[in-house]
Amino acid sequence: MGSKAPQKAPGADKDLKTEYLTINMGPSHPAMHGTVKIILTLDGETVVDADPDIGYLHRGFEKMAEAGTWTKVIPYTDRLNYVSPLINNVGYCGAVEKLLDLEITERCKYVRVFISEISRICDHLTAVAASALEVGAFTPFLWAVQAREELYFLIEMIAGARVTTSYTRIGGLRWDLPDGWVERYEACEERLFRMLDDVETLLTRNRIFIDRNADVGVMKADDAIGWGYTGPCLRAAGVDYDVRKAVPYLVYDRMEFDVPVGHKGDNFDRYLIRLEEIRQSVRIIRQVIRDIPDGPVNVDDWRIVLPPKDAVYNTIEGMIAHFENIMKGVQVPAGEAYYSVEGGNGELGFYVVSDGSGQPYRVHVRAPCFALMQGLRDMIIGGLIADIIPTFDSINMIGGEIDR
Amino acid sequence: MSEWASDSVKKQFPDFVLETHRQHGDDTLLVSREGLVPILEFLRDDPALDFCMPLDVTCVDRIGLSEPPESETDPMNPMLATHTTPNLGECDGPRFEVVYHLRSLSRGAMIRVKVRVEEDDAVVPSGTAVLKGFNWFEREVYDMFGVRFSGHPDLRRMLLYPEFEGHPLRKDYPRKGYQPLMDMPNLDGDRVPGLEE
Repeated sequence: MGSKAPQKAPGADKDLKTEYLTINMGPSHPAMHGTVKIILTLDGETVVDADPDIGYLHRGFEKMAEAGTWTKVIPYTDRLNYVSPLINNVGYCGAVEKLLDLEITERCKYVRVFISEISRICDHLTAVAASALEVGAFTPFLWAVQAREELYFLIEMIAGARVTTSYTRIGGLRWDLPDGWVERYEACEERLFRMLDDVETLLTRNRIFIDRNADVGVMKADDAIGWGYTGPCLRAAGVDYDVRKAVPYLVYDRMEFDVPVGHKGDNFDRYLIRLEEIRQSVRIIRQVIRDIPDGPVNVDDWRIVLPPKDAVYNTIEGMIAHFENIMKGVQVPAGEAYYSVEGGNGELGFYVVSDGSGQPYRVHVRAPCFALMQGLRDMIIGGLIADIIPTFDSINMIGGEIDR
Repeated sequence: MSEWASDSVKKQFPDFVLETHRQHGDDTLLVSREGLVPILEFLRDDPALDFCMPLDVTCVDRIGLSEPPESETDPMNPMLATHTTPNLGECDGPRFEVVYHLRSLSRGAMIRVKVRVEEDDAVVPSGTAVLKGFNWFEREVYDMFGVRFSGHPDLRRMLLYPEFEGHPLRKDYPRKGYQPLMDMPNLDGDRVPGLEE
């Protein structure tokens, strides 16, 4: 395993007739998470050409977003990267707030950082768990999924759902964090660290895991930048680009954290980067818990957030504001804005265009996986067919995000 | 954040830059079609700019950006007026606006480069020769809007299948559009030899 130089077709020097074989890997193949097809041209076991074919999960997110009000897009964003839906919520609402030139409250900024980091941990845990599973290690997968389950329980406490969160609103949040949530998180954190140590003990120095992942699926820094790579895959190649540091949003400029970088850009580096980023996320969360101020989570503007229920039922102003907000939507001034956050897989950008009405004119998602997948061909060509599985997994493609 | 970028591009290519603006801190250049590739090259190669990371390519169908006619509001239910189908009137200028986003790694800045093309001549020079990462993004724009990219190495549909009719993100494509059923592909070529008898 692990050889990358294109090998001569078996028997080519013995005058045996060899020919290329074209097969479809996927779209419903157990190793092709998220329904994707790779059309492979093989010379024996060696990959000669590869053509990733995406779109099996295309639901027309961008077309649907044009159908309702700005607020009605938020539930659709849950279904983009369904492993870290809270980051999508934060990204979309941030884009609309940028268009509104709206400054959200301090507490809301801290809560958004908090939930983004919880989501990032979920995302990285899934990626690490699956990368172990791909090469046959089932135990770390179960441990990591169990740790993720505890975080999903926390998310369920704040949003009422594990995955379809829709927790943020334009100008704030659905509601504040529930009582006892931070204590619940702290109990969770201890078990998370124990699990991380256990996973590292099983994988990081594991001969089989290293053989299958080190020097496989290499993407050098220049190529990674050229393909538009962001996130752990770019940092594994040695480029210290992180949206949280490069273009700090929310309160990331007040947080102290490190951006881990690799140097080889192979699968093993991407695995190590994700493990370290989980620890850095926990570091950020501790600072959030230390610094989070009290106060309202929503802006005090009834044109943007819904008025409180007692105002709706007892005052005519509240009633009208509620009605206008639901029926006409938040009135966003005409213009365009691009807002990006660091998602689980890299730069998650939202490009929004408004024509001045309560309805989005255009919502476009810059999905990090989309750029990652177009470079997949370079990562697997010349390698063995068995190496496709860990390489494809290490970029952590999420079907909902890439196909939208 | 990156006003210096649009200024130096404007100084270098005064004929190609049609308009610049800065909304919400995003630097935007509206350039002519001929100027797109030289400007992308300049943005990438100039050491002071270093916009070497392709972020995104997308497109906006501007056909509905004009004022909706008054007659379309339902007098019985004026509140529902915003939820009707988009206005498909005339737009101000060309119909499609292809939008490139680039990121400067050394400065963290973002710049937006836009090109406008008419519907009957919807061809834009491809940016893939400058930054290969525009490849799939341009394919998606072709898929969703029908804008073609001249010089693109592999201009096929990205998310939809080759037999799909129309381009769904155009404003005149119905939201509940249906596509005709296709014939099953002929599998004769895939039959394992020797198993026929």
